Order: sequence, then C-alpha cells, then structure tokens
Amino acid sequence: MEKEKKNTEFKMPKMGGGLRSFLTQYIGQVVFLLLVFLFLSFATDNFLSSQNLINVMRQISTNMYVSCALTMILICGGIDLSTGSVMAFSGMIAGFLSLAGVPFWICAACSLLAGAAVGFVSGFIISSTNLPPFIVTYSMQSILRGTVYVITSANVLRLTDEAFLEFGGGSLGFIPWPVVYMILVIIATYMILNLSRLGRHMYATGGNVKAAEFSGIRVKRIRRFIYAASGTMAALSGLVYTSRNTSMQPALGTGMEMDAIAAVVLGGTSMGGGQGGVLGTVLGVLIIGFINNGLNLLRMNSFWQYICKGVVILIAVYLDDMKNKRMLRATGK
Amino acid sequence: MENYLLEMSGIHKRFPGVHALKGAQLKLRAGEVHALVGENGSGKSTLLNVLGGIISKDEGEIRINGQPVSINGVLDAQRAGISIIHQELVLVPYLSIAENIYINREPMRGGRVDYKTMYTTAQKFIDDLGLSLDAREKVVRLTIAQQQMVEIVKAVSFNAKIIAMDEPTSSLSDKEIDALFHNIRSLKARGIGIIYISHRLSELSTIADTVTVLRDGETVAAMPVAQTNNDEIVRLMVGREVTNYYTRTYNSPGEVLLDVKGLCSPKVEDVSFTLRAGEILGIAGLVGAGRTETVKAILGLDQRTKGEILFLGKPLRAKDPMDAYRQGIAYIPENRREEGIIPLQTVRFNTTLKVLQKFIHGIRVNRTEESRITAQYMNQLSVKAASQLTRLQNLSGGNQQKVVIASWLATDPKLIIMDEPTRGIDVGAKAEIYALMNSLAQQGIGIIMISSELPEIINMSDRVLVMREGKISKVLSRDQISQEEIMKYAVNI
Ligand SMILES: Nc1ncnc2c1ncn2[C@@H]1O[C@H](COP(=O)(O)OP(=O)(O)OP(=O)(O)O)[C@@H](O)[C@H]1O
Ligand SMILES: [Mg+2]
Repeated sequence: MEKEKKNTEFKMPKMGGGLRSFLTQYIGQVVFLLLVFLFLSFATDNFLSSQNLINVMRQISTNMYVSCALTMILICGGIDLSTGSVMAFSGMIAGFLSLAGVPFWICAACSLLAGAAVGFVSGFIISSTNLPPFIVTYSMQSILRGTVYVITSANVLRLTDEAFLEFGGGSLGFIPWPVVYMILVIIATYMILNLSRLGRHMYATGGNVKAAEFSGIRVKRIRRFIYAASGTMAALSGLVYTSRNTSMQPALGTGMEMDAIAAVVLGGTSMGGGQGGVLGTVLGVLIIGFINNGLNLLRMNSFWQYICKGVVILIAVYLDDMKNKRMLRATGK
Repeated sequence: MENYLLEMSGIHKRFPGVHALKGAQLKLRAGEVHALVGENGSGKSTLLNVLGGIISKDEGEIRINGQPVSINGVLDAQRAGISIIHQELVLVPYLSIAENIYINREPMRGGRVDYKTMYTTAQKFIDDLGLSLDAREKVVRLTIAQQQMVEIVKAVSFNAKIIAMDEPTSSLSDKEIDALFHNIRSLKARGIGIIYISHRLSELSTIADTVTVLRDGETVAAMPVAQTNNDEIVRLMVGREVTNYYTRTYNSPGEVLLDVKGLCSPKVEDVSFTLRAGEILGIAGLVGAGRTETVKAILGLDQRTKGEILFLGKPLRAKDPMDAYRQGIAYIPENRREEGIIPLQTVRFNTTLKVLQKFIHGIRVNRTEESRITAQYMNQLSVKAASQLTRLQNLSGGNQQKVVIASWLATDPKLIIMDEPTRGIDVGAKAEIYALMNSLAQQGIGIIMISSELPEIINMSDRVLVMREGKISKVLSRDQISQEEIMKYAVNI
C-alpha cells in the first residue's frame, strides 16, 4: 500500500514551478536568444534603442500570427504550405473592396472570412480524403498565387483609405497595432493549446490518430478547424502587411510559410506531431526576428543575409535536436 | 564451476525516477530455454535491452563463455552473438524477407547488390529451419507469427549464440504458438541459448528448462522448471500468496442493455444475442473466428450489412462508432498499443483524455480534480509509474495496457467491451482486473469479454458465446460452461 501511494502521489508545483519547467523545456532557445541579443547589443549602436526594439516587434508580428496557427497544425501532425498565397489572396480581396469604397471593417471581415474559407477547404480535403497535407496545401498555394496574378494582372493596388492604413501602420499609445494583435493571438493560442479540451484533443490527434479516434475525438473537425484558423491568421497577416506597405503587391507573402515553419520547429515543436507548444514558437519567432533585424543593422548585403539566416537556423535546430536526443538516450528510447 | 554461455550479474539501471534494475542477474546455458518472468514493470524488457545494447547499464558485468564483454551498442551485441526479438517487430514492411534479413549487410558483387546470392542464402536459412516461407515475399504480406519467424531466421543468419524473445506468444493463436515452439526446439538443438519472456506461466512447463524470476528489478530466484510449479513462481513474482485468483459473485441480471438481432458484416453472419445489466458475457473461439469482428460491427467500426442493434431499447447508428461511445459503451481494443495510447504524452493525459469535461470547463482547468481522477484509476489498476507525469512510452508494456483500461473505466460506461483484457498483464494484476470486473458487474454494468484464455472465460462468464467461422456455434449457460463444451463448438468437427 505504501508503495502504491508513492507511485501515484502528485506534488503541486512550488512557486516558480511554471518558470522552472518553462526553462527546462526551452533552455536551448532561451540561451540562443540571449546570445543573439547580447551579440547584437555590442556589435551595433542602435539595436537596444527602444525605437528599434518596437520596430522588431512590429516586423515579427506577421510571422507570429501564422506561426501560432502553424504550431497547432504541426502538433496535430499536419503542415501548411499555403500561408504566403493566402496572405496575398485575402490582401487582394481587402484591397479591391477598399478601392471600391467599401468601409474598412467590411473589407477586413471579408478578407478574414476568405482566409478562413480557403483554409477550411484545405482542411476539408485533407480530413475527408487522407491526401497528404503537404501536397494539398502546396497545391492550394499554387492555385491561390495564380489566382492573385490573374485577377490583379500582376498590378499593384495602392491604398488610400485612412482606416485601412491605420490598421497596420498606427499604434495604441506607443504600441503598434500589429503588436497588440500579436499579443492577443499568442494568448488565444496558449489558451486553446494549454487550457482547453480542444488543445488536448490536438495533442492526442498528433500523438496517435487511431487512439484519438477510438477515444471519441472528432479528428476531422479538428483538422478543419486548424486549417481554417491558419487561413484566418494568414489573412490577418496579409491585411497588416498590405496596410503597412500602403499597397497590395501580388507577390505578397512569398516564402512566408518557410519562415513560419522554421520558427515553429526552432521553438521545439516537432514536425512529427504530438509535441510542442506556443511558448517555444514565440521564442522561435523572436530569434528569427532578431537575426533578420541584426543583419540589417549590420548592413549586410541582402543576398548574404539569406545565407546567414539559413545557417543560423540550421545550427539552432540542430542544437535543439541534440538536446532532445541526449535526454532520450538517457532513458533508452 | 559450471560453464555458462551468458552470465549477467549485478546489473543496475536507473531511469529518471525509477531504479528499474537493482543488481539483476541471469545465467544462461547453451542449448537451454530460459524463461524470464516477473510482474509488469519488474525490469524484464529493460534487462533484455541492456543485453542487446539498446540501453546502457549503469553498473554490472556481462560475460559470454566466461569472458567479460562490453556492450555499448547494437553492433557490439551482434558481434557478441546476441540477437533480440522485440515484442513490437521491427521489419521493413515493403522489403522482401531476404532484404530484411540482409538489411545493411547485403552481399555485393562488383559494387552492386547481388540479389541472386541474397535470395538463395536467405532461402537456405529458411529451409534449414524447416519453415515454409518464400524469401522473395514482401514482409507486409506476412502474419505476425510469420514475421516473428523472419526475425528468428535473421537471428540465426547472424550466427547468434543467444536469442532473446520478449513476449513472443502474446498475439499468436494456439496453432502459431505450436509452430513457434517447434522452431524454438530446433534452435535449442543447435546449441543456441534462448531467453524467453512470457506472462503465460502455463507455457513454461512446455517450453522452458530454467526460469529466472525478477521482482522490482532484482533476481529473486533461478531454478529448473521441473523443480518448481506455477504457484511457487507466482508467489516469488508477487512476493505474497495469490490464493483468490478469480473473484466472481453472480447476481441476477437486470434489464436488457444490448440486443443484437441478425447482425451481418463481411466477416460475420447472423449473430444475435442479448446482454443484461450486471452480466458478464464471454465470447470464446479460435483466433479468426470473428469475435473481434462481431464487436467491431456492433460498434460501427466495421461495415454492418444487415441486422439491428438496440442499446437500452434505442437503435445504434451503423456508421458512427462515436454514437456507441456517447451512449455509454466503452470498447477496450485488442491492439492497445496501436489503438489506445498516446506514447509521447503523460500517464495523466492518457488517463483523463476521454473525460476532459469532468475538469476542464472552457479554459478553466481544475488540476486538483485532474490528478485526483488519475490517482484513483492508477490505484485501482495498480499502474506502476514514477509519477503521473511520466510519459507513457516510458512505462513497461503491461502498465501501458493498464492505462488504456483505466482511461475507459474513467468514462463511467454502462457497457464495457473488452478484447483480450488480460493479454500481456502479469498474474497479480490479472487477479485485480478480475476483481474489478466483478465489482463493475455488481454495480449493474454489462461486460462483454472476448478472450482466448479459457480459464478466464470459464471462471468469469455468466454465459458464453462460442464462435466459429463468423457464426455463433453455441450459447452456453453458466451450468454448461466447461473447457470440453467450449472446445467442442469452437473447433470444426
Ligand atoms: N525509457 C524509460 N524511461 C523511464 N522509465 C523506464 C523506461 N523504460 C522502462 N522504465 C521503467 O522501468 C521499469 C521496468 O520496465 P520494463 O519495461 O523492463 O518492465 P517489464 O518487466 O518488461 O514489464 P512488462 O511485463 O509490463 O512488459 C518500469 O517501472 C518502467 O516504468
Ligand atoms: Mg516488457
């Protein structure tokens, strides 16, 4: 009896337990982020200026929206390659409506709905056919990008509506609006993944689909939801981008999905599904954001920036993988 | 001093929070079958993993033919002549048998794989063991038993002196077990030492020469099988006398829970029966007789072509397994590892996955309630884990099974369908599961139990459906249940 007690007893975490478990899980990312931070503080003059830091936050916000949604998708064992095109597609819809004189809030709502709808279509195809998400979302990317070029005839749409420009360019006090949305998106994702039933169902789906189905989890619904969420976040990202640039360019968002995937994986969420979390993603997005910003401040030629960014991401992901392997080897799996 | 083929002594292994092996030892002679038994989580698989170089030991010594060897990886173990056949088989499905046997050491000629030599030598190994397998066949087409045989051929082709098998019989039919035993005997005749893990103690007298008993990571006994008996082995395993094996107090059954009328599916024909509250209905039959298929058709996991199913008087929808689940039917599947667990998640996550509504409301998570529920079922099924936060993949096989059962019990079902409920579970825990089934039945829960273990069918059931070739061949009432009767209707005569 004594023994059984010991087996099942549960110690409530002490004060700071949350922080401690956060650190053990994400120690690699935190250290890496601090190193990048320290390096840039010394290597450049204006990295630490509040002006620059706010600027970085504004820059990373669009990646953060899509990365948060992508975290849920990877946890469920899927992937979304259509993000960049969905940004352009929904940006285009908002742009056209706005130029036609439609009030901004209707433009925004339509644009977000369009994003949700295309995401839902991908999710619907994936959940009802069992085609690989990689292929489905890749095709969607191609279809939407083509559509955007056809409809805009590859022309840029220039925006004039004040409210539209305020949406991504303005700020609340000293905090830019996009950063406000970013914080809300992070909180919402955290609540879904860590506090709701839906979140647990996501981890179960990615961890073992069969077991999830046998447990009465509606895996199909979850898949449709996450892709719709991803489409919505891509649309938000497209709106903010368009607003900040005061114009909608048909090439908007090209390659965006890769930055998001890199950020999420950098944050420790596995591409195999069933593991990870949004806090890691926040760290991953921050790391990539600081690297981008730092390379600009260092006035590095933009071609070299690509190379440099690729190498740094590779190293960071490798270090995280090493850490996980070491932990697993200790336990023999 | 006697000459041993293999001596493992003073082996220690610590995992975070668990001291899995505490000075375990095992001495194996050439040409003997050495059974390794113990409760779930006693360290049997861990000991094999140490031997196979899959995990590193913390302390201890391994000698082969008296010479100390150091095993720091799978390759070292292979070189030392050790081959491990794991419970989850690890063959590559879309490669041929020969390719699997020679994976990573393909015979080469002129820089290319020499398939001709590969197929002929592989076939020779197969024929030498007297097996009827074609070396060119793809593994995906083989049954579990055949795949196991491929593993054995592979071990022999490595010139293994020591072959260890982790619960090889747990998913085989009686016929397949006979074939396996036949192979084991021919390995034995070649002077190969065999380590054999099983929870079916009744097998030991048939196949094993010697038995080593592990308890909590320590070796508590090692003796010839002929000088002991099952009761003694159980006592050594559990550390106390297990007297009351089957608990069953029959009570008069209540209302009709489930009424199956003329059920047909591609695999079963015209199955009809009723189940009352508080009743345990056993379904017996040979592997392949359509027992699992029957319940799958009832639940809508398999297509239902004809027939009607009433649960508490209401029809169950045919194509939606979740309908059955929502009405209060729990189905504990046979392949619990593939269909039941989320390996990367914790014991707590897995136990409570189906009852989240009991403690998560919106985004308010009642952690105290969550850990209370988990603790309750861990206690009830004596799940052995370092804590509630241990990942399921770090539990021993039997304890993973218990967690699956726990997660279904937590849903407070009205009807529980258990497919091979005690497979892979140790004797002590079996007795506890029987007691639990009895008390569930007394609370008015209906239980359908599919089982290949006749003793549990005979001792636990109110009634027994005997199935053969997809049909019910006989319904036995309690006073008719006996081994002879069941076998008579299960086997085609
Ligand atoms: N990778 C691991 N990490 C942590 N603990 C582990 C790991 N592997 C095994 N354990 C623990 O070591 C103990 C022994 O496990 P082992 O798998 O050897 O048991 P077993 O005797 O094979 O049981 P079963 O009959 O259930 O298969 C268990 O308490 C288990 O939880
Ligand atoms: Mg085991």
